Amino acid sequence: MSEVKFSKEHEWITLEGDVATIGITQHATEMLGDIVFAELPEKGSNVEKDGTAGVVESTKAASDVYTPVSGEVVDINQAIVDDPAKINEDPEGTAWFFKLKMKDISELDSLMNKEEYDKFAKESSS
Amino acid sequence: MEIKKTSLNKLHQDSQAKFVEFAGYEMPIQYSKGVIEEHKFTRSHAGIFDVSHMGQLFIYGNKNLTSDLEKIFPLDLKNLQQNFSKYSFLMNEEAGIYDDLIITKLEDGYLIILNAACKEKDFEILSNILSKKYKMELSNDRALVAIQGPKAVEILNETINGVKNLTFMTGDWFDYNGQKLFVTRSGYTGEDGFEVSILNDLAEEFTKSLIKKGAELIGLGARDTLRLEAGLCLYGHELDLNKTPVEANLKWAISKERLSNGGFVGSDKIINQIKDGAKQIRVGIKPEGRLIAREKTKIFNETELPIGEITSGTFGPSINGPIAMGYVDKEFSKIDTKILLEVRGKKHPANICKLPFYKKSYVKGAN
Repeated sequence: MSEVKFSKEHEWITLEGDVATIGITQHATEMLGDIVFAELPEKGSNVEKDGTAGVVESTKAASDVYTPVSGEVVDINQAIVDDPAKINEDPEGTAWFFKLKMKDISELDSLMNKEEYDKFAKESSS
Repeated sequence: MEIKKTSLNKLHQDSQAKFVEFAGYEMPIQYSKGVIEEHKFTRSHAGIFDVSHMGQLFIYGNKNLTSDLEKIFPLDLKNLQQNFSKYSFLMNEEAGIYDDLIITKLEDGYLIILNAACKEKDFEILSNILSKKYKMELSNDRALVAIQGPKAVEILNETINGVKNLTFMTGDWFDYNGQKLFVTRSGYTGEDGFEVSILNDLAEEFTKSLIKKGAELIGLGARDTLRLEAGLCLYGHELDLNKTPVEANLKWAISKERLSNGGFVGSDKIINQIKDGAKQIRVGIKPEGRLIAREKTKIFNETELPIGEITSGTFGPSINGPIAMGYVDKEFSKIDTKILLEVRGKKHPANICKLPFYKKSYVKGAN
């Protein structure tokens, strides 16, 4: 599996072959608080880089989930829809959101690595 | 304008609170445990809420004050016993609500607890109607600390001996470290509990003593989910100048004795609405599935005609599902009526349901 990359909208992404797995970061869940609702894109649908690809709601508010790359949705994580609290428990592991068959792998180049993201997250929350 | 802080601000900071601005105050929205854990802790143990931002208005006077206040509030204050509290409203002539409040009869006057965002305006309105005949004091030197939940009585009684003898919606003065506290058995969570009016200088130490006995600080986030599960209105959401107590389904708070003769601000409108029925009414709403319908969500009937709007909506941690309140046209207000809620451009099924969502556990007295 590839190195984990991160977007400014607080999504993480890993790549295996041409299939990317996408979720939201630990930092994002800390900002959101307890997540109580998740909506994911439809399997088979196409999503565009930086477009909305889902929704998460905390007790306080709703937030869009964006996709950091374009592609076709090949799988979604139904477990987090059925039990959204899982997102707070393991956001960067078992609580992934969706998998995309990527069209253009070079879209990953503009994303941040872990060190860059940690710095970005720290700055954007202070 | 500089943001105001309550006398517990330092304690909130030391307890890792996340802050928000609320009605001009820096208030804790949650602590490190988060809204859901804080909510559940209140329902199973005892939560402490800093509600010092709310207004504590003392009005001093005797019988004349009582009859003057009866011209304002739809209450039978003449027959209200000393130390008993009532939920009521400050209204305009059209019965639109300026604020909802709790009024308690004291030996030498009344104590009125007002919403933070409304308190200055309420003070102005009340001083004008009472034409400055009475001494009025919107206290700046007192904090207000609520302790709510099944363990509240045990914990608070250890600190202030005797509070366990109060019943729901009564209060009294108690001694604490040589100072007088006013304690009422009341709150806004649906749980048994108390609100303690205490001098600012003593508030932190007092709150710490409750924490030592097992109570925990709870933020405004959980306060909102708790009150919504209990079916209680929040000013600015369920209540405002465009809503009347009849529309808000709060007729029970209007004394029957006052409905026959009126004579309070807004009485004509209230009496007419009770007779003819209000066009829209506040109801409880349960979305199907896990969908959360927030404030301002449009409500439709089954044939997709607009019939109302959500005023508060969230996830109820004790219900383990989404809950909401809103206003719908009277003919759609019956329990189990099927409705549709428009969220992110799609209409989702929901049902009108009974309030409260969560059964209240108040310790009621004989009165």
